Amino acid sequence: MLNYTFDWSVLWRQPYGEMMLLGIRTTITLSLAGWCIAVLVGVIVAGLRSSKNVWMRSLGLAYVLVFRNIPFLVQLFVWYFAAPLLLSADARSWLYDNVQNYDYWCGIVGLGLYTASRVAEQFRSGLRSIPQDQYRAAYATGLRPNQVYRYVIFPYAFRIIIPSFTTEFLTCFKNSALTMTIGVMEITHTAYYIDSFTWHGLETTTAASLCYLFIAQIIALLMWQVERRMHIMGMITRGH
Amino acid sequence: MIEISNVSLWYASYKALDDISVSIAKGQTMVICGPSGSGKSTLLRCINGLEKFQQGSIFVDGVGVQDRATDIYALRSHIGMVFQHFELYPHKTILENVILAPIKVRGISRKDAKHQGRNLLDRVGVLDQADKFPAELSGGQQQRVSIARALAMEPAVMLFDEPTSALDPEMIKEVLDVMTDLAREGMTMVVVTHEMGFARRVADDILFMDQGCIVERKTAEDFFLHPSNERTRRFLERVMDYDINGRGR
Amino acid sequence: MDLNVITENMAYLAGGLALTFQIAGLAIACGLCWGILLGMGRLSKNRLLYYPASAYVQFFRGIPLILVIFWIYFLLPLITGDSLGEFLAVVVSFTLYEASYFAEIIRSGIQSVPTGQVNAGLATGMRPRQLAFYIILPQALRNMVPSLVNHAVVIFQDTSLAYVIGLREFLRRVNLVDAREARSVELYLFAGLVYFVICSLGTLASHKLEHRSQTCRSNL
Repeated sequence: MLNYTFDWSVLWRQPYGEMMLLGIRTTITLSLAGWCIAVLVGVIVAGLRSSKNVWMRSLGLAYVLVFRNIPFLVQLFVWYFAAPLLLSADARSWLYDNVQNYDYWCGIVGLGLYTASRVAEQFRSGLRSIPQDQYRAAYATGLRPNQVYRYVIFPYAFRIIIPSFTTEFLTCFKNSALTMTIGVMEITHTAYYIDSFTWHGLETTTAASLCYLFIAQIIALLMWQVERRMHIMGMITRGH
Repeated sequence: MIEISNVSLWYASYKALDDISVSIAKGQTMVICGPSGSGKSTLLRCINGLEKFQQGSIFVDGVGVQDRATDIYALRSHIGMVFQHFELYPHKTILENVILAPIKVRGISRKDAKHQGRNLLDRVGVLDQADKFPAELSGGQQQRVSIARALAMEPAVMLFDEPTSALDPEMIKEVLDVMTDLAREGMTMVVVTHEMGFARRVADDILFMDQGCIVERKTAEDFFLHPSNERTRRFLERVMDYDINGRGR
Repeated sequence: MDLNVITENMAYLAGGLALTFQIAGLAIACGLCWGILLGMGRLSKNRLLYYPASAYVQFFRGIPLILVIFWIYFLLPLITGDSLGEFLAVVVSFTLYEASYFAEIIRSGIQSVPTGQVNAGLATGMRPRQLAFYIILPQALRNMVPSLVNHAVVIFQDTSLAYVIGLREFLRRVNLVDAREARSVELYLFAGLVYFVICSLGTLASHKLEHRSQTCRSNL
């Protein structure tokens, strides 16, 4: 049954060892960059959705609906294949000539904007779970709106959101694997790629899985530490 | 009827009940009162096996509650319990709430159960709401249904765990009236409550608990007129307009 | 913008969509069954059931679905000797992966029933099996259904991942047409639109279900 000889040296033998390390590095940088964009855009969209202006609310809602109801893979393809065609021929040739690793940047943008829609929703539900009376109490002591948000609401909301935030980062990290479809050599793609040379894909994909699991555990540990420090007595922070 | 002997209960290292011994005779109404955390609700839940104690024994009508040979489910069908937050099943109508256990546990036919159920709802004064869902009733009505649900099993003993604590003031009386009628009809009742007026009028004996111990047990009259323990006096002073020298107002 | 490329290839693309629905349907059904068993394992007090179930859920939630698909399709046959078809490989990997999410939804649905309800049922003498059937499950299901429907929508979107092993579902077919016709803008926006419409309907259904389950709940 087991007509397969394992060759674990493929993980460190050159050039494969270096490829694997490069793949890990790409996964990490891709995920972190995408996450930064996601948080930035997510805050803006959450702000739009909570706005008093009906146009801004609709814009925020449209963003979330579009980016959540279309599969991430389709979004990646739109950015990679379709978006350049919408540019003028000059802009396009500049893009192809000057931007190295176009697939990598596409991956970051796609991952960031997709994750932003989910982050925005979590911001919004975190803000909404703060009882109205907290706002009233803060205003009643004479604080101005920006002070209320800065000193009372955001710290409170932050503690509520943290568990779902860290889960979302883990999801972002896992989604980075999908950028392999547009050519990014992150760890999953690297594992698959090495298989086509050595026929030892089992070892490489095992290593890739271990990477993801390892990072997942680290994130879980980090979250536990953060929650411990920020736990408010009597408040249920595990809201997901 | 209920014999509680040297019962002690620990939650990890926290001693919730400390060597409790009480006996309650058939037909008696006993009120248990005391500050929060005194163990009153815990003791009540031990009687029908919803909480497990580590030391001592409890016998209900001769049956040991934590006896290995005892079928605790059968025992519970002879003990009725009313909870502070009503705990009616939200996905069933009022009538269905009342008849569920008689049909499934006692095996009565649906027709008979409905007939009995309607009688009980009439007795507690909510027959016209029979086909509504709990969310459509007021708190006082829900609690009265809760009493009917417990009575549907024709229990020998009724346990009440702070039945009026979650109610708006104007609804407390309607629930206490039902409980008073029940006591007058001779039901054995153990009531954990803060309602001292009810205790004074209806209770045979009053038990005062503090920090897991029994501080005092007296007949109702003696309790209010001649409390012997200092802690009891301080408690009564806080709960009622009560003169520390022992004269009620 | 030349929409003819879509109309000309409509039959081909529609076939892909049908396959997508098939994959999603099987994945949801099988994933749910396996997920229920896992969820029960996670709730169990028996260590022999709890630890393996928890380990399984932690494992599959920590790795990307795309990696699972690779495992099953390329690598499992190397060990077992025979090659699973593409379709079967996709369904198996989806079942294994999505079951872990279903297990969590089921577990939290059951745990969301207040213990007061359990006590009330016990106090009238009901036995555990009666308790589960008449009191816990009806309430747990009402809590779970919106999340289950939401996750079904996610699975529908995840079917696009079958792309990586060449299965000719909807997205793969769009990609193939694009390779031939090079009209990326129309094709991918069309793909986006199709997914958008279907998933929006699914999300709407889940909101409606959530709304309905709120109305007959008690306001305690």
